[in-house]
Amino acid sequence: MTDVLKSDALEVSVWRGGAHGRFVTYPVPRQDSQTVLDVVTYIQRRLEPSLSYRFSCRVGMCGSCAMTVNGIARWTCRTHVSKVAEDGRLEIAPLSNLPVIKDLATDMREFFDKWARAKGQFHGTRTRHDDFEKVEPASPARVAANAGIECIGCGVCYASCDVVSWRPDYLGPAALNRAWTLANDVRDDAQRDRLAAVAGDAGCHACHTHGSCSERCPKQIEPTAGIAGLKLRSARAAMRGEI
Amino acid sequence: MATVPWGRWQARLWYWQRISAMVLAVCVVVHLATIVHAVRGGLGAGEILARTQGNWAFGLFYLVFVLAVAVHAPIGLARIVEEWLGWPTRASAPLAAVFAALLLGLGLRAAWAVFAA
Repeated sequence: MTDVLKSDALEVSVWRGGAHGRFVTYPVPRQDSQTVLDVVTYIQRRLEPSLSYRFSCRVGMCGSCAMTVNGIARWTCRTHVSKVAEDGRLEIAPLSNLPVIKDLATDMREFFDKWARAKGQFHGTRTRHDDFEKVEPASPARVAANAGIECIGCGVCYASCDVVSWRPDYLGPAALNRAWTLANDVRDDAQRDRLAAVAGDAGCHACHTHGSCSERCPKQIEPTAGIAGLKLRSARAAMRGEI
Repeated sequence: MATVPWGRWQARLWYWQRISAMVLAVCVVVHLATIVHAVRGGLGAGEILARTQGNWAFGLFYLVFVLAVAVHAPIGLARIVEEWLGWPTRASAPLAAVFAALLLGLGLRAAWAVFAA
């Protein structure tokens, strides 16, 4: 990793206000191994106590600290300043495609409501009295499900998706990735309902395969691949009149 | 039609656009190759008509070509006006239907003109 910083002070522009706010610039001391979340925390604790932002684990597990850093959606906790601060400057904004509550905190209700609309709930049939389902780890369906299962719902893909910005009702990459993992879960018996929920122009068929979601996902998940799978599976079901 | 769920209808349109794209991929290559081949010795109305009049292979090929265009392009046009101009489906669907009819009418008329003239 190349350290692009030369000076000891960072010039940090931070979004203040709601949808119609503005950027306010703060000077922040440069430190070794400093993350963007460290920078935001410094501003809130030392310079601007009313700054609102969201974080929890600080180690890339919870998915709550994603923001737009120099124009690109990222986890701030796992983004080193040295990697992104060109000429010692940072611009930190809330995630795109989501309503801003205040400053760097976005309203993620619509994002998660879309997971529900994409039938993102597991729908099993067995009870505690039944034996475990035997799922072969190397089976193609399980391999496909595993490829998308590590999503932690940070919203980076959703904020990076052009189609979401064009079609506000589009379910988005995270919800469709979730649907794809369940579409490959042999224990789930709501497949037809799920394919019906994700088919069409508010669902997988609106995806233009730009691949921004796959490019930006901090977990290296490829929602684009799962969406392509959903497109084919649901279009075939539609042609057969099954959904 | 009213009983078909909207999502199913949209998924079918997506499917037909993909199928028509595959047909067009072949048709466009054949079409361009024919043009390149045909103009080698100069281009004249008489020469073209001599090749196309009563030629069933030509007629059927362009019938398929026109049908594929009339399916493919209007679906794409509807997507463009929805995403770039913010048109609702109730406006983009009639536009696409009119555009499909236009492409079909003009395309078939053109193919018929050189086949049957």
